[in-house]
Amino acid sequence: MAFPSQLGFQDAASPVMEELLTFHDHALMIVFMISALIGYFIIAMVTANLSDMYILDSQEIEIIWTVLPAVVLILIALPSLRILYLMDEVNDPHLTIKAMGHQWYWSYEYTDYENLEFDSYMIPTQDLAPGQFRLLEADHRLIVPAESPIRVLVSAEDVLHSWAVPALGVKMDAVPGRLNQTAFIASRPGVVYGQCSEICGANHSFMPIVVEAVPLQQFEDWSALMIQDA
Amino acid sequence: MSDTIEEKIKNYRTAPFDARFPNTNQTRNCYQNYLDYHRCNKALSAKDQDTAPCDWYQRVYKSLCPNSWVQKWDDQLEGGSFAGKI
Repeated sequence: MAFPSQLGFQDAASPVMEELLTFHDHALMIVFMISALIGYFIIAMVTANLSDMYILDSQEIEIIWTVLPAVVLILIALPSLRILYLMDEVNDPHLTIKAMGHQWYWSYEYTDYENLEFDSYMIPTQDLAPGQFRLLEADHRLIVPAESPIRVLVSAEDVLHSWAVPALGVKMDAVPGRLNQTAFIASRPGVVYGQCSEICGANHSFMPIVVEAVPLQQFEDWSALMIQDA
Repeated sequence: MSDTIEEKIKNYRTAPFDARFPNTNQTRNCYQNYLDYHRCNKALSAKDQDTAPCDWYQRVYKSLCPNSWVQKWDDQLEGGSFAGKI
């Protein structure tokens, strides 16, 4: 999850997010190298006491500093497109969950077999137990089986919201009257957090998303219990 | 034919990929299966046939459609104000 003075992304909790992390490392490394090179040129030119009065045409270097950037751009584009198409692959989900945005909470529906639905409100700061995270914890978590492809259908019941979980590499707008599909696989059991990512009124910052990935057996036990209690 | 449909319904896990709706916007996928379920029911009952095959469409729309949408459409159907052609 996020922590104070964090610089980079959260640790990846899904294969797609791992790819995005690696790509970001790759692109950022290119950016740093170019910046370092330019920084060196600037300092070298500014601190030099001599100047060359005879710099005129220079076919060779013109070719080099046109072709090389083009190559660098291709080196960025190819992995980027690879990930884009990877995210767009046809997947065969094991489970469909609907996430409905309301002012100001999320409600989740698991209706593949029985009808399981519940609301997920933020735990107010004064009600937090020691060790819990301020503005991130919710009373009912979205429990999902780990290592299973999950389809999430995101929509809203009133205004625009957005369902985002950075550790899973997922963000999908919740639009009233529209059903937006996204998918993820939770690589391992654990808890990951997200926050509403589209301004939706006074408590926009106070409707977090908590996804808890558990082993499949535990998921089945939990859903049976939830349906019983309903 | 009905055996395979029964098999499919028995082994139903969740709504499978539907090539008619390959993109992010699945609104039509939900709506189309809702329509298809009711049309299937209407067509098969009219011919006095078993409406069990229609259950596939019901499973799919129940998986995909938000409960509030289904509730609203069911109420409209009951009240005769549903806009879709069944």
